[in-house]
Amino acid sequence: MKFNVCVLIGLLLLGGCDPPAPVPKSFAGLGQDAAAFKQVTRNHPLVFPLDHAAHNGFRIEWWYVTANLRDRQGRDWGAQWTLFRSALRAGPETSDWDSPNLWMGHAALTGPGGHQVSESLARGGIGQAGVEAQPFRAWINDWSLQGSDDISHLQMTASGKGFAYRLNLVSPGPLVLHGARGYSEKSGKGQASYYYSQPFYQVSGEVERDGQRLTVTGNAWLDREWSSQPLAAGQSGWDWFSLHLDSGAKLMLFRVRETQGTPYRAGTWISAEGSAQALQGEQIQLQELAWSKQENGREVPTRWRVQVPAHDVDVQVDALEPNAWMSTRFPYWEGPVRFNGSVSGKGYLEMTGY
Amino acid sequence: MLVIEQLYKSFSTAQGPLAVLQGVDLQLAQGGSLALMGESGSGKSTLLHLVAGLDRADRGRILIDGQALDGHSESALSRWRRHGMGLVFQQYNLISSLDVAANLAFQARLAARLDRQWLDYLTTRLGLASLLPRYPEQLSGGQQQRVAIGRALAARPALVLADEPTGSLDEATSDEVLALMLQLVGEAGSSLLMVTHSPRLAARLEQRCVLRAGRVQVEAR
Amino acid sequence: MSPLLIALQALLSHWRRHRLQFFSIFTGLWLATALWTGVQALNSQARADYARASAVLTGPAQAQLVARSGERFEQSLYLQLRKLGWQVSPVLEGRLRFAGEQPLTVRLIGIEPLSLPPAMTVAGTPLQGFDLQAFIGTPGQAWIGPDTLRQLAVTAGQATSSDGQRLPPLVVQPQLAPGVIVVDIGHAQALLHASGQLSRLLSSDEARPLPAEIAERLTLQAPSDDGDLQRLTDSFHLNLTALGLLAFVVGLFIAHAAIGLALEQRRGLIRNLRTCGISLKTLLLGLALELGVFAVLGGLAGVASGYGLAALLLPDVAASLRGLYGAQVAGQLSLPAWWWLAGIVVSVLGALLAGASSVLRAARLPLLALAQPQAWRLAQGPWLHRQALVAAFLLVVALGCWQWGNSLTSALILLAALLLAAALLLPALLDGTLAWLARVCHGPLKEWFIADSRQQLPALSLALMALLLALAASVGVGSMTEGFRKTFSGWLDQRLSADLYLTPQDTTQALQITDWLARQPAVTTLLPSWRAEIRLQQWPVQVQGIIDHPAYPARWPLLEQSPQAWAQLASGRAVMLSEQLARRLNLHLGDKLQLANQAMTVVGLYADYGNPKGHLLVNADWLRGHLAQAKLSNISLNLAPDRVAALRADLQQRFALDDSRVVEQATLKRWSSEIFSRTFAATTALNSLTLGVAGIALFISLLTLSQSRLGQLAPLWALGVRRTQLVWLSLGQTLMLSSLTVLLAIPLGLLLAWCLVAVVNVQAFGWRLPLHVFAAQLLQLAVLGLLTSLLASAWPLWQLARRQPSELLRQFADEI
Repeated sequence: MKFNVCVLIGLLLLGGCDPPAPVPKSFAGLGQDAAAFKQVTRNHPLVFPLDHAAHNGFRIEWWYVTANLRDRQGRDWGAQWTLFRSALRAGPETSDWDSPNLWMGHAALTGPGGHQVSESLARGGIGQAGVEAQPFRAWINDWSLQGSDDISHLQMTASGKGFAYRLNLVSPGPLVLHGARGYSEKSGKGQASYYYSQPFYQVSGEVERDGQRLTVTGNAWLDREWSSQPLAAGQSGWDWFSLHLDSGAKLMLFRVRETQGTPYRAGTWISAEGSAQALQGEQIQLQELAWSKQENGREVPTRWRVQVPAHDVDVQVDALEPNAWMSTRFPYWEGPVRFNGSVSGKGYLEMTGY
Repeated sequence: MLVIEQLYKSFSTAQGPLAVLQGVDLQLAQGGSLALMGESGSGKSTLLHLVAGLDRADRGRILIDGQALDGHSESALSRWRRHGMGLVFQQYNLISSLDVAANLAFQARLAARLDRQWLDYLTTRLGLASLLPRYPEQLSGGQQQRVAIGRALAARPALVLADEPTGSLDEATSDEVLALMLQLVGEAGSSLLMVTHSPRLAARLEQRCVLRAGRVQVEAR
Repeated sequence: MSPLLIALQALLSHWRRHRLQFFSIFTGLWLATALWTGVQALNSQARADYARASAVLTGPAQAQLVARSGERFEQSLYLQLRKLGWQVSPVLEGRLRFAGEQPLTVRLIGIEPLSLPPAMTVAGTPLQGFDLQAFIGTPGQAWIGPDTLRQLAVTAGQATSSDGQRLPPLVVQPQLAPGVIVVDIGHAQALLHASGQLSRLLSSDEARPLPAEIAERLTLQAPSDDGDLQRLTDSFHLNLTALGLLAFVVGLFIAHAAIGLALEQRRGLIRNLRTCGISLKTLLLGLALELGVFAVLGGLAGVASGYGLAALLLPDVAASLRGLYGAQVAGQLSLPAWWWLAGIVVSVLGALLAGASSVLRAARLPLLALAQPQAWRLAQGPWLHRQALVAAFLLVVALGCWQWGNSLTSALILLAALLLAAALLLPALLDGTLAWLARVCHGPLKEWFIADSRQQLPALSLALMALLLALAASVGVGSMTEGFRKTFSGWLDQRLSADLYLTPQDTTQALQITDWLARQPAVTTLLPSWRAEIRLQQWPVQVQGIIDHPAYPARWPLLEQSPQAWAQLASGRAVMLSEQLARRLNLHLGDKLQLANQAMTVVGLYADYGNPKGHLLVNADWLRGHLAQAKLSNISLNLAPDRVAALRADLQQRFALDDSRVVEQATLKRWSSEIFSRTFAATTALNSLTLGVAGIALFISLLTLSQSRLGQLAPLWALGVRRTQLVWLSLGQTLMLSSLTVLLAIPLGLLLAWCLVAVVNVQAFGWRLPLHVFAAQLLQLAVLGLLTSLLASAWPLWQLARRQPSELLRQFADEI
């Protein structure tokens, strides 16, 4: 759930600074022609494979894969592959530099002894980055995520300074629509997005760190989301969990922190068979237990207590690598976690605005 | 040959006009010598400069062989200095860029009255023969004055004017130089008007007078 | 009061009575600083602008990928590299024309801010500070420097290029180099009609080999290779610097002479102060402080005047740099304040240089020795001897530079050594001449005239040296400039013999125009020429392909040629080279030049004055066959004179060509000669200033001398030489000395001119010019030199003539 990426890209356009930064005045300019963008509406049916491709006309969109991996020596790894699309203005894609789209890719590899990050930026229109549906292909520069039309089989590759990964993703399970059949609310004030996931990928492949290649296997989770609405005022950041339970069930939880008042919480409980059940805010309890200092000097909570009593979940979540700081133009924390308690398993945690 | 009648001269100074000469009368016969004495500032040099035509009097007359100087133009005065007289000053008599030989002959050549024999004689008498190729700054004070005397007499002028000619010399040298000068002035047949403040030197001249308060006070023979 | 204060008070009291001396020192330092600062300001401004121009994009992007052909390449190569993971950022560059009263061409740079490495700055703006949306969005932004904006003379921030393209709204970036406009790459492709085309890729990757298929097309270029402009203009700035240095030295001559005189006159005072118990250290400190005050005063005045001078000359310098090298320099000074403060430091250093020897002499002054201002004769001999030895050494250096030197620096050392040697020899030469005159002249006044002139020589020699240097420089530079003008205009007349010159928008249009023109009966000669830009031994070279036409042998004057040169050229196996290219590549007639993998015989050499790049002539068909990037870029044609205007109008209408693309011969010639005359405007101005400074040096020397001259003149007066006669004699002395100096300056200046055209020009620009002697010019300069010295001596002599007899009398006795 990379809800606030529009803020990220908004900041990219306006000149970057570490969040939480006061929203620059010209950000309002971005909002002025918001009406020209397509709007997210309830009861809009999602159609596949078309909806795997880019949704020109919407302001923001992302393809987001996180993978929890294990090598042959039994060590845990995490891999992240993300492509963001942000439109400067409403309108169709063009085939030249005057495209409205900007693309941003983030790739990370977390494993024993560290967290490596790389970032790519590209303009739309000229073919440097994009997403096509048939066959499915998402790419930016030399990174790609491509495979079958129904995205059940994907190859995911990315590399950065000192790391690389080439992973095969195969999913036996169905796509999961969040919220009301893909219409996912983000605040009590009507902000919403289209949001679906594929949380059931089985992964095999190899990761490479400092020239050393390792064969890995594990689970991966794809998130797809698009929207046009900017973030509500007064929202300072968020915490997002995607958890693979050992039982085979999956759990997605998020919390949008408010500068004043209680955070907005929501989530989805996904059974091992793939049936989704939306979780309301009051069904979820999230509590920070321990903090870690990041490379930029900020303290970020890397140990949590997560409770969803309705599904008998009461676990302590620990970051695999407490310093999984994404030192990109708009830095945030994103890394693999493991959890123990009433159930155990692995997953990913993302935190912004610290 | 030199007659001075009722000569007046004053200078303008910051404190108002300063009357230096106030009716000076003086006479000098052909071939005679006169010592002009007086305290510092009494106007001795001024009187000498007026006679040399280097400056002009306010009033009164200077007659040389019966001819008045004061009516002369600048160029006539120059001619008078060139042809009619020889000047010996206390210092800075010589032309520094010329050597002794050229300095000695300078005025005589300027007046077109160079008499080689007479000049050689003067050179020998003044003891300058070995110094001819030297330049003024390579000479001692006494040697410089002797060159100045030689140059003043080279053209056998009617009148020699000397302003403290031995003023910067020690007593012995001074006596020696003066004796030589008097002797050579006599041989040249010139008259001599000499400014000095030394009674000892003045005593060796035929006539003496003292300037006091702008007038000739005493004239003794 | 402290001893230092007392000493200072006593030392400074000197200046109340010698105001002139005070002004001499002040003037010397002032002029030296002013001219030096002014020239350096011009150079620094220009260099800062080149640096800004070559540093529009600065940051970690170390290397560049450019097409092997030197031309633009397709965008797909960028995408290919990106897909291979290369961190490259595309740049498109081109020339954008603006019509108007003064047609303007700017360098348009299209950048892609998103792919630039994050640490990059664009025109001084860090990437992080970018308003990306405004820049890359619609309508976007066009960044422009304040100077370029002024030249464009547009209002409302909206400009339209000469082919009707509307630029994005103009945004002023104070740091942006003049003559540059920066836009997003998308806008650049549209404005330059280069859709999908790129000029180069900035690479921030560590060095790794390019994939083979791309290496075929692109090549990695070292980052330092953008200094073309710096290199090309170096010679121009070196010339300016040399002139500035000359003026600086002349100014220091003045200060040195005056400071020396002041010390001489204060010997007695210094002795008195020391005998009164003021320590040597305190005294030297006082003298040093006094020097410091002069330095700061002179420095302040100098920097202020230097600023004025530079501001006055900058437009001319900027115009000539634009005309000669296409270098864009702002027409206004924008140097930081600290830069100007540095000018004061220069003045202080100059004062130290000029006054150090005097202070040292004061340090060595014996306590009881008598003052010997007249001891000149004793010192003069060995001094002249020593100077002559140094001069001989310098002449050997000059000879060595001429024989074995092969750089501009060695050529300028040759000039400097020659000038200095001549200056140092001047007193000895003058003294020798006077000694000879003394032997042949008889008569007391004549002898005195010569002897006294010799005596004045040491005091005047510095000023005369300054006059010699300034005059010789004037003769040299004047002969070179005039010679160049003559050669250049003759060459231009021959070269520019077509009636109309066309610059089509692209090859396609050019071909259409050629076809159309070929069908016009009025056109008598039609010469299309193809062009390609390449590099030979890292040097930018323009290759021009011409058709086989009898017009060329008549219009294209050759300096050297093989038999049947033009026929050989037409055969496609031969080339002709510009003189400077041949020198650079060390090629001669008959040599082979490897061009597009083919060995071409050099069959002709021609002059290509004013072109900083190399130029090469080949057959048009050969060029099209061998260099893919060759474009049909120019068409020249002849037609009946009464048809020119009609055809021109027809062409403009039919092919939408603006005024800058259809130019008549007369206009082109006017532009060329305008560029030419402005090129030497700064040189000429500095030259006359230097002559002026030399005049002032002479004036001040004579003025200071006139004080001590009384002691020399008074005995003559007392011996019956009239005052007016003395004045004439004095004037005659000055004129004689300066005439002798002028006489020496003329052959020296001609030698200098020869060095300039045959050595310096060859090293600086690559072309050699014939040496022309312009008698009228020499006469004019000689008269100017005499007039300068006459004016310089007029005032001191006027003072002398007005002297009361009493002042002369004071020389003989202190009492009345």
